Amino acid sequence: MTDMTDTTTLRAEPAIRPVRPRARLWMHAFLILFGIVMLYPLVWLAVSSFKPSGIIFSDTSIIPRHFEWENYARGWAGVAAPFKTFFLNSFVISGLAVIGNCLSCSFVAYAFARLDFSFKKPLFALMLMTIMLPVHATLIPQYVLFNAFGWINTILPIVTPKFLAVEAFFIFLMIQFIRGIPRELDEAAAIDGAGPIRIYFAVILPLMSPALVTTAVFSFLWTYEDFLSPLIYLTSIENYVVPQGLRLLQAARGSSSWGPMLAMSLLSLVPMFIVFFVFQRKLIDGIATTGLKG
Amino acid sequence: MRSTRNLKKRQNGVAFLFLSPWLIGFTLLTLGPILGSLYLSFTDYDLFSKPEWTGLDNYARLMGGDPRYLQSLKVTLGYVLFSVPLKLGFALFIALILNRGLRGLGFYRSVFYLPSLLGGSVAVALMWRQIFSYDGIINHFLWTYLGYDAPSWITNPDYALGTLVLLAAWQFGAPMVIFLAGLKQIPQDMYDAAAIDGARPVQQFFFVTIPLLTPIIFFNFVMQTIGAFQAFTPSYIISDGTGGPADSTLFYTLYLYEQAFTNFEMGYASAIAWVLVAIIAAATSVSFLTAKYWVHYGDEG
Repeated sequence: MTDMTDTTTLRAEPAIRPVRPRARLWMHAFLILFGIVMLYPLVWLAVSSFKPSGIIFSDTSIIPRHFEWENYARGWAGVAAPFKTFFLNSFVISGLAVIGNCLSCSFVAYAFARLDFSFKKPLFALMLMTIMLPVHATLIPQYVLFNAFGWINTILPIVTPKFLAVEAFFIFLMIQFIRGIPRELDEAAAIDGAGPIRIYFAVILPLMSPALVTTAVFSFLWTYEDFLSPLIYLTSIENYVVPQGLRLLQAARGSSSWGPMLAMSLLSLVPMFIVFFVFQRKLIDGIATTGLKG
Repeated sequence: MRSTRNLKKRQNGVAFLFLSPWLIGFTLLTLGPILGSLYLSFTDYDLFSKPEWTGLDNYARLMGGDPRYLQSLKVTLGYVLFSVPLKLGFALFIALILNRGLRGLGFYRSVFYLPSLLGGSVAVALMWRQIFSYDGIINHFLWTYLGYDAPSWITNPDYALGTLVLLAAWQFGAPMVIFLAGLKQIPQDMYDAAAIDGARPVQQFFFVTIPLLTPIIFFNFVMQTIGAFQAFTPSYIISDGTGGPADSTLFYTLYLYEQAFTNFEMGYASAIAWVLVAIIAAATSVSFLTAKYWVHYGDEG
């Protein structure tokens, strides 16, 4: 960047020097242009989902000439099962994942953050280690185990782990949060005769709602978009979740199915858009402070 | 002031009650399966008959007898090697611009973050496949504005992996948010001191901003590398579940999935999984070992 400051004066420049107006204009121009390029694929998806299948590729204009609801009607009817089923399945699984993670991880986090017990240090270290563990290390034996339970083609293999605090990342997040709650509050409650269980429910749980919201948002998003677990565990079409429904449309082929496929793709992103718009700050703070993968 | 005795003494009973979900989960779904997959990796197992001990056979097969496995390793290493630096490069570049105190920071940040929120989904992978197909929008632009008759990026083995790398780079938003948070942590005093010493903006960037940001760069690098090794959905969807064309997008995890859940070679797949864990552990360790040469922590002075 050009620099006209007189270096002979000893006045220190402010750290991030205020950008001069002309440079600022260029930066805005660049960011806007780059932003358009970044969002263009999503805009293309939205626009194309309203175009008749035959002209999706030939007609590249960004403004649809008329809205073709046919894609949505045909996509919603689905292949072999209606998309309504897939959405319902997805919401049930994601909803249970949210409840499971919030409950189980907050229990465990409370124990690590506030209670004193034998083997606390080694157990804590083990818990931290599981955060970095690739899912593939446990994938196959878990399948063997769930198969032995007769759980294949049910939601149990996907949902049960959430109730058993397997996503240790959230435990860590909540421990950090609970440590920030003044201990005096626990102690005041203890003096009033509350035991650890009462303290958890009456003091800690209500105060940790910000951490619970972060956990809920990320649990929902990750479970909702997860493809590998449903692919492995949900084998009959009436149990499929949304990503599998989309995969069915992809496998159905034929250029006439592009329209419905794009329409359902867009529709499948809508819950994520809603979560994004409602919890924007939460998401961005969650990532910035903890390094959550987005 | 000491806390009340009540809170000080061991509370094993109630503590293990609170810990019980994790203790069950850890034993049954983490520790058990880790040991289980280690055992299975030395066996021939198809889920229906008893595992049969075969010693190191599975690992020997990985070392040389299985060209598709080696291909998946090559593809995945290529993906990690290109996607991680590209993604972090974009993330850092945009974060630096956004950190210049421009108006509308929140808006820009949201715009650039959105793709990384949606990027792992099947819907986005399907969209990407359409955009880069032969008659997709990219080629339409190339033809209309540059007169270039481009190949079909998705079905050409030379380019298919490139589209996946671009899809990863498109999702630079999450590391960008982390970079931005890191940039805000750099104390004003550092720049003031540098400026008094006569450091020009470019020098400030290389001798203040970058060194103080190295812990964040390191963190992002490790997390993104670990994540990239485990990528699955984009490869599955863009290659239509095959890893094609000509195995050019056969990700490690896709091959693992194929062996375990299509061919039911659970023993062999366990060995594949263990090697992945070892590779990720090795990559992480190497990063940590080199860290002391280039990562500056503030308290070192």
